[in-house]
Amino acid sequence: MFKMTRNILLNLVGPRATRRYPVVVRPAFENCRGEPVNDMEKCNLCGTCAVKCPSGCILVDKRNATWRFDPYACITCGVCTESCPSGSLRQRNGYRSPVREMVPVLLRGRIKEGKPKAADQVS
Amino acid sequence: MRQAIIPFGPQHPVFPEPVHLQLKVEDEVIREAIPAFGYVHRGLESLVSIRDLHQMVHVVERICGICSMIHALCYCQGMEELMGVEAPPRARFLRVIWSELHRIHSHLLWLGLFADSFGFESLFMELWKIREKVLDIQEATAGNRIIVSVNVIGGVRRDLDLSQRKAMLDDLQEVEQAVRSVSGVLLTDYTVSRRTVGKGVVTGEQARELGVVGPVLRASGIRQDSRMLGYAAFNELELEPVVETDGDCHARCRVRLREVFQSIDLIRQAVSRIPEGELSVKVRGKPEGEAVARVEQPRGEVFYYLKANGTKNLDRLRVRTPTFANIPALVVMLPGMWLSDVPVVVLSIDPCISCTER
Amino acid sequence: MQGEVIPVNVETVLGEAARAKAEGWRLVTMTCVELDAASVDLLYHFDRDFELKHLRLTASKDALVPSISPLFFAAFLVENEIQDLFGVRFHGLVIDYGRTLYLGEDVKEAPFCRYVVNDSGDQG
Repeated sequence: MFKMTRNILLNLVGPRATRRYPVVVRPAFENCRGEPVNDMEKCNLCGTCAVKCPSGCILVDKRNATWRFDPYACITCGVCTESCPSGSLRQRNGYRSPVREMVPVLLRGRIKEGKPKAADQVS
Repeated sequence: MRQAIIPFGPQHPVFPEPVHLQLKVEDEVIREAIPAFGYVHRGLESLVSIRDLHQMVHVVERICGICSMIHALCYCQGMEELMGVEAPPRARFLRVIWSELHRIHSHLLWLGLFADSFGFESLFMELWKIREKVLDIQEATAGNRIIVSVNVIGGVRRDLDLSQRKAMLDDLQEVEQAVRSVSGVLLTDYTVSRRTVGKGVVTGEQARELGVVGPVLRASGIRQDSRMLGYAAFNELELEPVVETDGDCHARCRVRLREVFQSIDLIRQAVSRIPEGELSVKVRGKPEGEAVARVEQPRGEVFYYLKANGTKNLDRLRVRTPTFANIPALVVMLPGMWLSDVPVVVLSIDPCISCTER
Repeated sequence: MQGEVIPVNVETVLGEAARAKAEGWRLVTMTCVELDAASVDLLYHFDRDFELKHLRLTASKDALVPSISPLFFAAFLVENEIQDLFGVRFHGLVIDYGRTLYLGEDVKEAPFCRYVVNDSGDQG
């Protein structure tokens, strides 16, 4: 009848079962997913990440060459990183800590020089 | 004898699910119970008109916060049937491994809540302490504790290499020893059996007629488990459904406890037999037609109906979760019980109201 | 789709459901699919020993469909949900929530119907 008593007495004298957070913090596992980070030097503003994102948190404006990201709508699924053709997106390791103000991420890129159009060449 | 109507409401201290029961009570004995829900309806099925086929995998995962990977697995299986592709063998074994990990963590969660429902809080904390190890395995291999996002249409996204598999088996050995040391309390303790044996009885005939699924059905003596359909590499593993015959709350507790050990054994079999190969096949095109998919969740059989019309959005997605099929059984189980047995009996069907209402 | 699909109409659905019950089929669920502005497709899914069978009933949105909940008790929840979300009415329900299971009491339109036709006669 007293099966749990042994457990309870062991818990009273044994070591702690929980970590003393925030003094002791466990580092995130290697494969743990976080938010995407964009390297604007490599980004060619193709917009694939914006099309594939399930929660619609990335906005790519090709005319003004901006990449806008809302980290508070991001679900850290990693689809944008996997589908990026230029390899400029990288996923952070581990989730961010709590913040007091919600600020979206706005990055500016360079509009790359494209091939001249056929109309220009003829004239 | 005068009757009182007691609303066992969506907010209740012992019961974490928002389901409302209208109980007609005569001197603390229940005469009639009518369930009602609708407090967390999100209308996720109507999102098919906004999100396309591949984005819906992420929406479907978020229907439930406990069995999320298995919802995605069922959706991907239905879509693979519509598009005419088949996931490669390695992907099918990996899906089995993560499904069974989900089943272990879900049953450990339920066992803890069940102990909490009759006031045994220290057992609740012990079981959830064991569950943390399983969640750490999921985070280390798939990237997140519960919403693991490993399924895509055509296969899986992540791989398990040799060192990860070995670490997983070592951790599961510790989980198994810990659950065995605690299971004696659940199975033979005097107070636990006084609160659960003989309560909420559903006979085999009633279970078949009401159409209940999952451990509730198997605890009433009917040997039916949707994993016997043989989807996703289950046809290559040895599986025997866990059956008990009493039909009361204690029998359901015993079924789920034995299923934890069965899942650990299935993961060991899958890890030893996993073949080499690619992780997913490329899927192209827009499908057309109707498809049906059925998978065994920790709570029972989940049923998906998908209808596609040749565009990049589905026409209709219908999800019937196992708790939806088990709630009518409450109307039969509750009359004759004491008022203090209501949380124990309602928790014994393992309700997951966010799944039910989507 | 796996399983045999049997077309029924409003008069024959109770007969087919009674036959399914007598042969030992278990009701899995019912699905409602909106086909166009005026009609819906009601599918009844049955299972026996891992084999599936479906009944397809194509009805107009304001038809009164007989409920199979006297035969299959578990159908009352699904039929109430279809009443709320699609606006199809069932008669003979064992427990009828009167369109208040998911919706508030003052909601008149059906949330899952995408085609809405105005009462004034214009195309919506």
